[in-house]
Amino acid sequence: MTSLFITQILNGLQLGVLLFLLAAGLTLVFGIMDFVNLAHGSLYMLGAYFAAVATQATGSFVIGLILAVIATMLVGVIVDRLVLSGLYARGHLDQVLATFGLVLFFNEMVIIFWGNSPLYAEVPEALSGTVPILGINYPAYRFMIIATGLAVGVFLWWLINRTRAGMLIRAGASDAPMVSALGVNIKLLNTAIFALGAGLAGLAGVMVAPIFSVQSGMGDSVLIQTLVVIIVGGVGSIRGAFYAALIIGIVDTVGRAFLPLLMMQLMDPSVAAAAGPAIASMLIYLLMAVVLAFKPAGLFPVQAR
Amino acid sequence: MLQQLFQRSRSVTTAAALAVGLTVAAPAAQAEIRIGFMAELSGPQGPLGQDQYDALMMLIEANGGKLGGQPVTVIREDSQLKPPVAVQLVDKLIDKDKVQIITGITFSNVMMAIHKQVTDRKVFLIGSNSGPSPVAGAQCSPYFFSASWENGQQAEVMGRFAADKGYKKVVTIAPNYQAGKDFVAGFNRQYKVKPLLELWPALNTQDFSSELAQVQAMAPDAVFTFLPGGLGINFIKQFNQAGLTKKIPLLTASTTDGIGLPAMGDAALGVLAGTFWGPDTKGEANAKFVRDFEAKFKRIPSQYAAQSYEAALLLDSAIRKVNGKLDDHEAFRQALKAADFDSIRGKPLRFNNNQFPIQDLHAFEVVKDDKGRNTLKTIATPMVDAQDAFHEQCPMK
Repeated sequence: MTSLFITQILNGLQLGVLLFLLAAGLTLVFGIMDFVNLAHGSLYMLGAYFAAVATQATGSFVIGLILAVIATMLVGVIVDRLVLSGLYARGHLDQVLATFGLVLFFNEMVIIFWGNSPLYAEVPEALSGTVPILGINYPAYRFMIIATGLAVGVFLWWLINRTRAGMLIRAGASDAPMVSALGVNIKLLNTAIFALGAGLAGLAGVMVAPIFSVQSGMGDSVLIQTLVVIIVGGVGSIRGAFYAALIIGIVDTVGRAFLPLLMMQLMDPSVAAAAGPAIASMLIYLLMAVVLAFKPAGLFPVQAR
Repeated sequence: MLQQLFQRSRSVTTAAALAVGLTVAAPAAQAEIRIGFMAELSGPQGPLGQDQYDALMMLIEANGGKLGGQPVTVIREDSQLKPPVAVQLVDKLIDKDKVQIITGITFSNVMMAIHKQVTDRKVFLIGSNSGPSPVAGAQCSPYFFSASWENGQQAEVMGRFAADKGYKKVVTIAPNYQAGKDFVAGFNRQYKVKPLLELWPALNTQDFSSELAQVQAMAPDAVFTFLPGGLGINFIKQFNQAGLTKKIPLLTASTTDGIGLPAMGDAALGVLAGTFWGPDTKGEANAKFVRDFEAKFKRIPSQYAAQSYEAALLLDSAIRKVNGKLDDHEAFRQALKAADFDSIRGKPLRFNNNQFPIQDLHAFEVVKDDKGRNTLKTIATPMVDAQDAFHEQCPMK
């Protein structure tokens, strides 16, 4: 039982860091530009597609990763300049409608480019095995995802707390008009943030390409979980996104594994068998509801807005 | 070019006209037979419907735009995996296009929505994939024939396989919705032992790490899964990455089909699958089908293509038998029921009282073919002349 628990905690961590990669970009864009970007999941999907294609073409996972992240950033910047920049001044409803349109556009576009069938991406040879840890065997590739996610977390912490760019980002999150009034090119800053967010979403897509089926619409369901993360963490807060992503990842994974078993112990087996899996898959939304009830601004709100 | 035209044109594809190069007008005496083809042709499930369509049109084209010696027009519709859309399309096919036959149908929710609608209008419905249990049982109709199977059968054969192998501890994994429950019930009907653990992940699950950890902890003799489409691709890859493929036999139904196999890569090797047909199924009729399909479409046909080709062969034989006179419904029905043709099943197709096939069900293993592509190889035939579990509930004799 303990080994199962350790495995599930690792699984939760791995899901958590993936959600963090997505949530970091989304929460910055949401928090600083006050822009709701539903197309964030599409960038994740594109990252996975680019990785599958580039890895296949070059035969190297690392080159595939770098190319895919750069390509996703480029797409992000192009979409930002071409479509989204015109929407910054509009209301949230317009933004939601326009970016939802982008979701549909990208879902169809990948079908036009790469066909209806899912693409295949392989786990790099060096990471295809399992690693023994604390008496269990855990897939090496998933370890790499956890390590990458934590490294990105550290990098973002450094970027935001220790650099001039980070200072501007923090200032922008707190009071964008004032930053602009002080002579900062907020437009350039916005584009840079958008590119960073797109790159991180692309990186998440690259990470999952060998695990998940790379297909049209793969970004849609993960976007919902990402939105839960940024709401629980507090909109605009990277720190919040990090902790919330790990909490959501672990609650979802551990809940799915143990809640049905726990309910078996507590109630009639037939009722538990029907209700357990259903409630387990609702768990993160219940958590979000509870957080919103007690801390409407999220667990780690950005101060002084 | 011709093939592209078939794939792109949404509404009316006059196969007869195209095949003869738009030159010969059909003689007035020969009444044209109108067939509606409806399936899931867009979205992630699109490849399934596309295979059904390609196989149907391949036979019609090979016959010079005819079935049973009669020129046919096929009207192609995309039900988009939306039952309300399918219901409207059926009205359009019957009222406006005046079709006498509808074939295709990929998903069970669509089948359940249109089965009664079509058969009540006395239009023949030839299912070439989905076979929900009510349609095989109490709701059976003289106007419905299945060229495929009752939904539970592909799971039943894996259940029998597990029982034959003497597996004591089995974990089942299926999505938490109706078809998932049906497949696990089908497995249990033949396995007859209560599974050690039943896991019901949500239908939109991408990461099965939680389920896989439980499988690892239980160390069962085998795992049974029904995870169609993208779910299966994710699961098979992750099962392999967890190092389980070599340790625990993985029995699947509707998971490692011809559509998903290429996207699973080496991760699928050694996985077992239960169904009625594989590319290596015996018989000249099947060998010809696989050969022709590969030559034309440059891919190994999936079972969805096979089922649709079988439906086309069935229509071909029955239309020939009644000499194109579809107005005599009882005569046409008897002609369909006779199923007088060389089946791709490797033995003659026989229909049960509910007009579902009585058929052999095989166990397959995923292997590489000589071109290095994933394919299915027959390893056993656990159920010979199997009848579905619901035929006794059908009042037809």
